[in-house]
Amino acid sequence: MAAALVAPLLLFLLAVFVLPIGAFLLRGVEERDVAPVLPRSTAALAAWNGAGLPDEAAFAALIEDLREARARDQESGAGSIARASARLNADWPGFRSLLPMTARRVAAGTEGPAREALIGISEDWGTPIPWAAIRRAGGPYSDFNLLAVLDLKRDAAGAIGAAPEQERIFRAILWRTLWIGALATLICLALGYPLAWLIATAPPRLAPLLLGGVLLPFWTSLIVRTAAWTVLLQREGVVNAALAALRLTEGPLPLLYNRGAVLLAMVHILLPFMVLPIYASLKALDWRLPRAALSLGASPLRAFLRVSLPLSLPGVGAGCLLVFIQALGFYVTPALLGGANDQMVPYFVAFYASRTVNWGMAAALSLLLLAAVALVVALYGRLVGFGKVRTA
Amino acid sequence: MKAPRILLSRVLLWGTGLLVILFLLAPVLVVLPLSFSSGAFLFYPLPGLSLRWYADFWASDFWLPALWNSLRVGAGASLVAGTLGTLAAFGLWRAPFPGKTLVMAVLLAPMVVPAIIVAVALLLAFGPLGLTNSFTGLVLGHAALGAPFVVVTVLAALQQFDAVQLRAAAACGASPATAFRRVCLPQILPGVAAGAVFAFATSLDEVAVALFIAGPAQRTLPRQMFSGLNDSISLTIMAAAMVLVVISVLLLAAVTLLQRRRAP
Repeated sequence: MAAALVAPLLLFLLAVFVLPIGAFLLRGVEERDVAPVLPRSTAALAAWNGAGLPDEAAFAALIEDLREARARDQESGAGSIARASARLNADWPGFRSLLPMTARRVAAGTEGPAREALIGISEDWGTPIPWAAIRRAGGPYSDFNLLAVLDLKRDAAGAIGAAPEQERIFRAILWRTLWIGALATLICLALGYPLAWLIATAPPRLAPLLLGGVLLPFWTSLIVRTAAWTVLLQREGVVNAALAALRLTEGPLPLLYNRGAVLLAMVHILLPFMVLPIYASLKALDWRLPRAALSLGASPLRAFLRVSLPLSLPGVGAGCLLVFIQALGFYVTPALLGGANDQMVPYFVAFYASRTVNWGMAAALSLLLLAAVALVVALYGRLVGFGKVRTA
Repeated sequence: MKAPRILLSRVLLWGTGLLVILFLLAPVLVVLPLSFSSGAFLFYPLPGLSLRWYADFWASDFWLPALWNSLRVGAGASLVAGTLGTLAAFGLWRAPFPGKTLVMAVLLAPMVVPAIIVAVALLLAFGPLGLTNSFTGLVLGHAALGAPFVVVTVLAALQQFDAVQLRAAAACGASPATAFRRVCLPQILPGVAAGAVFAFATSLDEVAVALFIAGPAQRTLPRQMFSGLNDSISLTIMAAAMVLVVISVLLLAAVTLLQRRRAP
């Protein structure tokens, strides 16, 4: 009976949450763009050992594939060659021009053996590099995107190594995300603990007022708070106008589109998530215990460090978990307040999904982000345990 | 010697605490009055007071429909999440069953998965189903994000409910459904309503999913503000912010009242 009551929500979430996310993440390891365009070539290359050049059959297969694909594209306007070359270009820069150009030339007609014809079109076909890239993208599954988001790449022989210098950006983005998240969590803790302590120890008549000061911003829309910071910090904004009116600055300061603005707004938005759990655990604390420590001769600092602080740690743990996890997923605020060097993993998920429509990279980055979140949650479960989490 | 030191530490605590509250409240409170400006600048002093930006909000082709959409989507999402979430919470509370921990993890997962991942996944999954650019799609997505809050809130409300009453109802001949409807539901109703308000607020606050799967006809207020902030900021955005803040205050008041009723 009980299970039957849970089933509707469970099925609903499976349908609109679990399965869509699963299918999306699968895109990170699927290869869908090249094999449909070059079916014969990928089949012919499967037997190739990667050393030297593939045999004549692969060259002939490529010519036939490209001719057919070009005819199909021209008829339907599907742009499948463009999609395949975009994917191959991510592996070996040069494909974006090589593949469409080759397709155009073979469609015009070739003479003689396939190998000479292709090398005549471009000398690149006389090297193993483009062939290895086609084979790697032949699918149905590959670790290409997963390796790419870790700044790794397979060479022609299939061994994993570092990606070329100019493509190595994702580790830095991951570290930046974790660093901004950790910094925001620490600042929230430093600001939030005293405030939670104050609310928990304030006279009963004042405590609800102070709590209201936390709950009101907590309920205020994230986009409103982000908008407030934009208006405060922009060139012609409130802060710069005030500074100029007080004659404190020469010209307007560049306060927006930098790391400081992002952190400021993130701390502002996330702070209630730190204060409320700490407040809940301090509220539940038996205040006779620190008083007993004091009467037994402990200094107030010692009583705090040895009695009150350890007893409030579950709240601190829950607050840090909530703030850090949410910080990792921040998209709107950095997108509006940060510069190019302040964007975190979620921004690049959105970038690949909407600007370049590269589902593979968007999915691989999402997998990276989810792994980070799962790791933090699991670590928390090991260190603190979930039984102690209180919701305020 | 000791008394002044304790006094000093109290003063320091109050000083820090009040400064932090100021930091929490000030940004929004400073910015909102700009929406009453008669000029077009985003700084003080105001050249004069007027309601022109609210008139602009009211008269424009997209702001009022966006507000209307936000309210409709929020109501739909909180209805779906509230119904399914309450049933699920009751089931979870009623009896243990195999795999309960795993089920709980799935039910609460929308709280921890970054919204941008949900947004992109829904764009991909809803596309072939014709649910992108649709009101239904947006409601379904927002309901999924709001459901965990309903489950958590109703579970908390059920902690106060004495299960013996259900057995008493059964002994009096009530079917389980009747017992739930007539005995349990009235007592946990404040919790259910609070959960529904949470789900509504979640939907009203949501940008990422709305950004990815809503079409021009389903633009919500936060989404409209996001696009506005991305190009040129006009004071109409501040008027929209004011509208959202008023709604938030009403929702907070509703939840506070509901929780007071729950724990007398």
